[in-house]
Amino acid sequence: MVFHLFIPIITPMIGGALAVLFNRQRVVARAIALISVLINLGYGLWLMSVVPATGPLVAQGSGWLAPFGISLVADGMSALMVMLAALLMLTTIIYSFYSIDEQREHHFYYPLLLLLLLGVSGAFLTGDLFNLYVWFEVLLVASFGLITLGGSRDQLEGGLKYVVLNLLGSTAFLAGCGLVYGFAGTLNMAHIAERMATLANPGLQTVLAGILLFAFGSKAAIVPLFFWLPSSYHTPPVAVTAIFSGLMTKVGVYALYRTFGLLFQNELATYGPWIILLAGLTMVIGVLGAVAQMNVRRILSFHIISQIGYSVMGLGLASAAGLAAGLVFTAHVMIVKMALFFIGGAAEQIYGTGDLKKMGGLARREPLLALFWFLGILSLAGIPPLSGFIGKLILLQVGVSQQAYLITAVAAGTSILTFFSMLKIWNEVFWKKSYDDVNRLPRVPLGLLAPGAALVVLSVALGLLAGPLVDYNAIAGQQAFDRNVYITAVCGADGCEAVYRAALK
Amino acid sequence: MHRNELPPPNRLPSRSTPRDSALYDSLILRTVSRLMMPLLLLLSIYMLLRGHNLPGGGFIGGLLAASAIILQIVAFGPKTARRILPVNYLLLAAFGVFFGAIWGLPAMVAGLPYMQAFWLPEPIPGVGKLGTPVLFDIGVYLTVIGVTTKIALLLVEEPILFPLPAMKPSPVETEDGA
Amino acid sequence: MIILLAIAIGALFGGATYLVLRRSVVKLILGLILLSHGVNLLIFTMGDGVRRGAPPLIDASGQPPAGAADPLVQALILTAIVISFGFIAFVLALAYRSNQAAGSDDLDDLSTTDRL
Repeated sequence: MVFHLFIPIITPMIGGALAVLFNRQRVVARAIALISVLINLGYGLWLMSVVPATGPLVAQGSGWLAPFGISLVADGMSALMVMLAALLMLTTIIYSFYSIDEQREHHFYYPLLLLLLLGVSGAFLTGDLFNLYVWFEVLLVASFGLITLGGSRDQLEGGLKYVVLNLLGSTAFLAGCGLVYGFAGTLNMAHIAERMATLANPGLQTVLAGILLFAFGSKAAIVPLFFWLPSSYHTPPVAVTAIFSGLMTKVGVYALYRTFGLLFQNELATYGPWIILLAGLTMVIGVLGAVAQMNVRRILSFHIISQIGYSVMGLGLASAAGLAAGLVFTAHVMIVKMALFFIGGAAEQIYGTGDLKKMGGLARREPLLALFWFLGILSLAGIPPLSGFIGKLILLQVGVSQQAYLITAVAAGTSILTFFSMLKIWNEVFWKKSYDDVNRLPRVPLGLLAPGAALVVLSVALGLLAGPLVDYNAIAGQQAFDRNVYITAVCGADGCEAVYRAALK
Repeated sequence: MHRNELPPPNRLPSRSTPRDSALYDSLILRTVSRLMMPLLLLLSIYMLLRGHNLPGGGFIGGLLAASAIILQIVAFGPKTARRILPVNYLLLAAFGVFFGAIWGLPAMVAGLPYMQAFWLPEPIPGVGKLGTPVLFDIGVYLTVIGVTTKIALLLVEEPILFPLPAMKPSPVETEDGA
Repeated sequence: MIILLAIAIGALFGGATYLVLRRSVVKLILGLILLSHGVNLLIFTMGDGVRRGAPPLIDASGQPPAGAADPLVQALILTAIVISFGFIAFVLALAYRSNQAAGSDDLDDLSTTDRL
């Protein structure tokens, strides 16, 4: 029992409340947001340093016994995600200092960011299925606020689609939760996993897994369920799009990993090929969707979908190594994708438009911005020695070693398409001659450049020093795929059923 | 009866002139809602305090109190309702979250999981057992009042927070600017 | 009882699906409301009192207390109701605002963000 495991949840909750209370004092609200995120980041780093050695850390809400109360579990995957969420939120907040207008700040921009962090951290840490639903709703409500904050026509239209389709996904998740409870008689994830292994009726299990696949798939924007993403992500301010790209879909991916790695691991044999198929379609359709677009952020939005395909491919490979490879890739893409949004957004901000036709010639004007953009797209495409290379290499290695040649080939081919699509932005924004005089444009302030640059540097560092990341994720993948480790950590060596029976006596 | 044929409302709580936009102009509703307000607030506090081992609790209590305030909005209009209870509901909600969250912290200082309960050894006569869960419930109570009333006020007043380009920007008429 | 509930849930889901597929935003939202009711009823059906006949509670003698219902599903439904209450309020306000902005209730007119 680790009583301080609640810190990543309490900090943004109290911080968010304080930020609302001190909203009038802009500096105070900003400072509160910054401090909360730094606390979370520090705690996440500490978790990452501890968890591989000790195994999953567990805390019980209010001290209620494990299968009855709500558990918080931090295994390798959770710790990595909590840390990344805080890190990405930190860069977003710094970027927001320089890019968000005063009116949005006045209308509770920073509290909404903290609410988002609260929901995301809670979703990563919880060990209870219904609690996961609640955290999903928390982060959804924050994202609803962020995506419509500002209330322009585009935002309202995009927001409406985003809200409605996400609510449908949430409803499916809720129905799945209820059915799982009806089937297994418990909501504690460890206990569900244990009972799923013993309860007969494989047909029902397949149906339940299918419902949850639909629910989380719509959150993660895999192929038939992605339409909300490209029609809404380009409407809010750049900082909001960036943090959405880094966190929202990845929570869906995390939930898929958790569902199929822990709860319905038996079903992974049934669903594995289908998940692989969906992953392949997601990669290709996402990247092809980007071809027709002529707007920086819309192109990047379609690429989010394409990259989700790789993360889901790791799950479809149905092995600890596959999950580990998927985690490495997800960590890489969270960082690089946000960096690209920051840099592309900075270019958009100085031009005042994201339309590729109206931009151009920025490479000479802003060489640093161009350099970091170029490094970013190299990393996204998977050119060595950047982090994207490592992420894709490991995925492809696992794919080949498991004889999944087709998906491996698709994944490799999609990388090339990704690079072409990114080069389009490079050509249009940075390389081609501008129709206007570029020198009239405002310079990029350091605050808009620094967050993206820092993330690109991180990507380079992760590529050059990939060893620790890969080793960490190998352990994390094993922990995520080994149900006994999780169950033992939550309920003790005898398992949840023993605790349950002992309590009934 | 047409609105303008009503008797001059000199004995009613001072209504702003020109008339505050009551949603439903009825003498019976106005009289009843004035009488009901203290009763409902009292009932809400009763519900709040019995909540930890009987049906009730912060959420139900908060909804009751909010319905008392919303009744005022319906009967007298938002301006009068704001004058009767001059509270910034959004800040009330935020304070409720803060207040509810901090009472889980003493357990963490003692090395126990967040929100582990501490109780006073003896029940207080007339109130019942008191402990950190009751304080947490008070936080919930304040949050629910704040959020529910704020939603109702926003729906009634329709402040234009972010004017559309086509719209004429009109000054927001809420005292908390939200 | 369970057959009746199953029919009711099916009717709610069916009606919700029909409404969600309408082009009008208002009907879409009515569909969402109906859907959340359907799911709440579904969770209610999953309670042991309805499905297996006895809740997972026992008194000192090891027997389920007479007339007790499964409290967990009620807690789940209460939570779900609160959440959907907040979301429906938000969606209604959003639809109202987007109607002001776009001047239309028809989803076909709300496609500016999907155009190239």
